[in-house]
Amino acid sequence: MSNILNVTQLRKSYHSGEKTLTVLDDITFSVEAGTRFAIVGPSGSGKTTLLGLCAGLDQPDSGGVSLCGEDLGTLDEDQCAALRNREVGFIFQNFQLLPTLTALENVSLPLELRGDKAAATTAKELLTKVGLAERMDHYPSQLSGGEQQRVAMARAFSNSPSLLFADEPTGNLDEDTGSRVIDLLFNLNAEAGTTLVIVTHDMDLARQCDRILRLKGGRILE
Amino acid sequence: MGSRHSDQIPKNQAGLLWLLQMAWRDGRASLRRLLLFMSSIVLGIAALVAIQNFGMTLEENIAGQSRELMGADFLVDMESEPDEALRDTIALIPGTYLREVNFASMLSFPDREGTRLVRIRGVEPGFPFYGELTTRPEAAAGAFGKAPGALVDATVMTQYALRPGDSVTIGNLTLPIAASLVDAPGNTQVSTSVAPAIWIPYDQIAATGLIQVGSRVEYNYYFQVPEGTDLGAIYDRWDAVLDDANADMDLHTDTSDRLGRRYQNVGRFLKLVAFIALLLGCLGIASSVHIYMKEKRASIAILKCLGASRRQSLLIFLFQIAGIGLLGGIVGTGLGLVLQAVFPQLIGGLLPVELQWSTHWEPVALGLVLGVGMALLFGLLPLLGSWFVSPLAVLRVAERTPAMSNRITTAVLLLIFGVLWGVSVLLLERPLRALWFVLGLAAVFLVLALIAWGIMWGVRRYFPHGWGFEARQGLLNLFRPNNQTLVLILAIGIGTFLISTLYFTQDMLLARARMEDDRPAANLILLDVQAGQQESVAAQIRPTGMEVLENIPIVTMRLASIAGRTVEAIRADSTSTINQWILSHEFRVTYRDSLIPSEVLQEGEWASSYAGTGPVPVSLSDNVARDARVTIGDTLVFNVQGVLMDTYVASIRQVDWGRMQLNFSVVFPPGVLEDAPRFHVMTTYAPDTDSSARLQQALVRNFPNITVLDIRQILDVITDILDKIGWVIRFMAFFSILTGLIVLLGAVRTSKYQRIRESVLLRTLGAQGRQILRISAMEYFFLGAIGGLMGAVLALLATELLAYGVFEVPFTPSWVPFGVVFPVITLLVLGIGLANSRGVIKSPPLEVLRKEGV
Ligand SMILES: Nc1ncnc2c1ncn2[C@@H]1O[C@H](COP(=O)(O)OP(=O)(O)OP(=O)(O)O)[C@@H](O)[C@H]1O
Ligand SMILES: [Mg+2]
Repeated sequence: MSNILNVTQLRKSYHSGEKTLTVLDDITFSVEAGTRFAIVGPSGSGKTTLLGLCAGLDQPDSGGVSLCGEDLGTLDEDQCAALRNREVGFIFQNFQLLPTLTALENVSLPLELRGDKAAATTAKELLTKVGLAERMDHYPSQLSGGEQQRVAMARAFSNSPSLLFADEPTGNLDEDTGSRVIDLLFNLNAEAGTTLVIVTHDMDLARQCDRILRLKGGRILE
Repeated sequence: MGSRHSDQIPKNQAGLLWLLQMAWRDGRASLRRLLLFMSSIVLGIAALVAIQNFGMTLEENIAGQSRELMGADFLVDMESEPDEALRDTIALIPGTYLREVNFASMLSFPDREGTRLVRIRGVEPGFPFYGELTTRPEAAAGAFGKAPGALVDATVMTQYALRPGDSVTIGNLTLPIAASLVDAPGNTQVSTSVAPAIWIPYDQIAATGLIQVGSRVEYNYYFQVPEGTDLGAIYDRWDAVLDDANADMDLHTDTSDRLGRRYQNVGRFLKLVAFIALLLGCLGIASSVHIYMKEKRASIAILKCLGASRRQSLLIFLFQIAGIGLLGGIVGTGLGLVLQAVFPQLIGGLLPVELQWSTHWEPVALGLVLGVGMALLFGLLPLLGSWFVSPLAVLRVAERTPAMSNRITTAVLLLIFGVLWGVSVLLLERPLRALWFVLGLAAVFLVLALIAWGIMWGVRRYFPHGWGFEARQGLLNLFRPNNQTLVLILAIGIGTFLISTLYFTQDMLLARARMEDDRPAANLILLDVQAGQQESVAAQIRPTGMEVLENIPIVTMRLASIAGRTVEAIRADSTSTINQWILSHEFRVTYRDSLIPSEVLQEGEWASSYAGTGPVPVSLSDNVARDARVTIGDTLVFNVQGVLMDTYVASIRQVDWGRMQLNFSVVFPPGVLEDAPRFHVMTTYAPDTDSSARLQQALVRNFPNITVLDIRQILDVITDILDKIGWVIRFMAFFSILTGLIVLLGAVRTSKYQRIRESVLLRTLGAQGRQILRISAMEYFFLGAIGGLMGAVLALLATELLAYGVFEVPFTPSWVPFGVVFPVITLLVLGIGLANSRGVIKSPPLEVLRKEGV
């Protein structure tokens, strides 16, 4: 099986004044295409930082990330963005929908960015699939948290990504809604064969995944 | 798995159309706010377009009606009666001509009170060739000159309750009034109110007996040539010839050019005032876009995370701002075109022509380009900030955008400066002056910004902890994050500054016109007193209790040679830099032994007497010395009515021509000109209008050749003109104030949600609606008061500087800016602020919390 994500000896630290805070140290792992991968760890252990580095949103101090065969270190910001648009989907703890766009427009956005003429049709299908057919023209502020998360999910899958990053996708939702969102996530993964990388505190969720990476203090716990 | 080369990453495919669509989708949600940004530039653009288009319309009308303004294709004019040779020359010039003789005179009516300075025009029938002579009754215009009868200016007819058929006496001549003269070529309200015209037939002029030595008489030959004649060729052929005979040729286009230039100067000034209004609006845009883009950072991060490039993210918002600018340009231009129709109402009779409205493409283009250009220019810095927003911000809300590099900031500021300069050059047509203007403007902005900053610093440093809760909170609000205090104080300050400066300057100009010396200033000036009449005129004045204040002898002369070269030789020399007017000018020269208050010795030595032998030491005014290219010691030969007189330049004086005083460009020492044919100017002071009128009447009756200038009356005319111009300027300044208010409105709205949150918080903490309102009231009161006061004080300083440095007059400021402008502006700011705060207090907390959610 091929690896869709390869992380080697990743190191990241922040400087504040005189002090240097090493957030990630010597992180090496890889994710097989089509699998579900969970990253768990206590608060402040560096999960979000790791996710950001894997998706090319940030640069590491040293080490490398190769995503879908591309070495992120050799790409500039715009090339990373183009790569994300083609290969990567995102789901965030706080949804991150564009507040000025309707649900439909939010979902169409990644497709429109790549110039897909059928963007709206695909987006409508996806929204119907997540059960929001009636709410397509509503703005995020008119939707509940769970509904917003479902829109975010439809958006994440709209460009048929080969890899989907989710940072605590259920963190802001109650248990019921959370588990429904997760079911949806896993269904979409099963249907489209999308690789899932999920950051979570929820051990139940983590156990449903094929592999679990445990972080503590910026290092991998074996 | 091998790594593909990075160049192979395909760029995303979203094109221009999508970017525009995104700009619209995103803008739609904050449309009201964006429209508010827009309106802050609308008024400035409207004002500029209005003036520009009005100016072009006026210019076009003046140029289009230039023949009607002159009443002829060209004219030949001279200051003394043409001799045989000159008449022969004139006869050779192509075309047909009509003659006119005109001079100022005093008019009185046998059975009516009062006298009036008028211009007597002896005109041959048939004039004007072009344009209309409008008379009441109408038929009189066509019949003029065929029978002895006068056309009397309509204002004079009204003033003395005259009717056609009454008679008018001019010197020795009494004529029936044929009609009242309503309009004639080239008449403006100003010219008619200073010296209204009386038209009499040309052949009756001699009968008045008013043309004597020293009388200032103009002789005009109005020409008509067939349509299509090359006037330039005629001018080239004849002008030099006429110059030699001390006559001058004026084409109808020259007149309109001169007129056009005069209005252009006023127009330029108004454009600057409008431009300042636009800049104020731009300042508002800069500050609104800054806050707007700050709020858009989260959205930009999401866009980048989903795969939008930096360029695309920038362009989406750039298009938005450009769109707003374009809309502002369109609305502003439309408004400007409507507005220009108001100007004639404001300046009324100051215009010499009837206006035919038309829309010119240049002002329209200017409006649209300025709309887009200024919005982008002033939004550029915050827009460029989007480039540096990291997509990482989607994971970390607090992710800070790295500060823009100093180099980019400097480059953008330089760009702004450059563009402002460019636009000013476009408006002023003088690069250097435009540079000074932009620098001066930058200085005022900087001073205001520094003061505003200083006040804020001072308030923070010495915070009045002893004040009540509400006042303290209100003051604190000025320092909240994202505050627009600086911009608001600037906007309010500049607006107040403009209006106050206008008031002060107007006061100062009027005060200067009225300025009185230590002695009681003369307010009646008697011109053309013959040498032999001095005693009897004085005898007429004294019994009324008035004094003859001055009795100034005047001798007319021309230059015959300058520094050893004859005037003819200089004329023939095409390389000579001596100004043409010097060569043919008839100088009115006086003689006295001392300087007068309006003069300052600049160079050389003042000659108070003449030794009796050798060249006469004379004194020149600096402008004459400059134009004649002479300095101390150069010789001048004057032709004093046939007698050549050798002189040399002994001193050069600086003369303040602006003072209400008789000033002379050439002054002789006593003991030279006493026997030359001369006339006198006598001045006196009449304590009130009644005594003035009585004296004028007596003088006119006994000495019909004497012209009396009534300074009181002239001042009234000047005041009237200044008032009218003042209105226009105030009208323009009003745009600045309005713009300031819109910027204020925009700023207040921008921070509305922030305020709502705080208000909700305060309410949960137990504050009452009334208290919150009072806090806001305090805040806006501080804003208005600080800005307004600063503007007024700065205006006071600026005018004081002007008064001291430029006009050299003591200046007593009027109370209007402090008593009216300042409180009104403070109240307006307060009103707008409070109206908005009511909305804040009324909005229910739940709605607030929802809108706060990302
Ligand atoms: N810009 C920054 N500057 C300094 N320190 C930072 C910065 N960003 C993150 N950190 C630190 O890095 C560490 C890891 O942060 P990260 O957000 O990756 O943790 P996490 O595992 O996602 O925590 P949580 O479960 O609470 O979301 C934290 O200690 C955080 O304070
Ligand atoms: Mg995290």
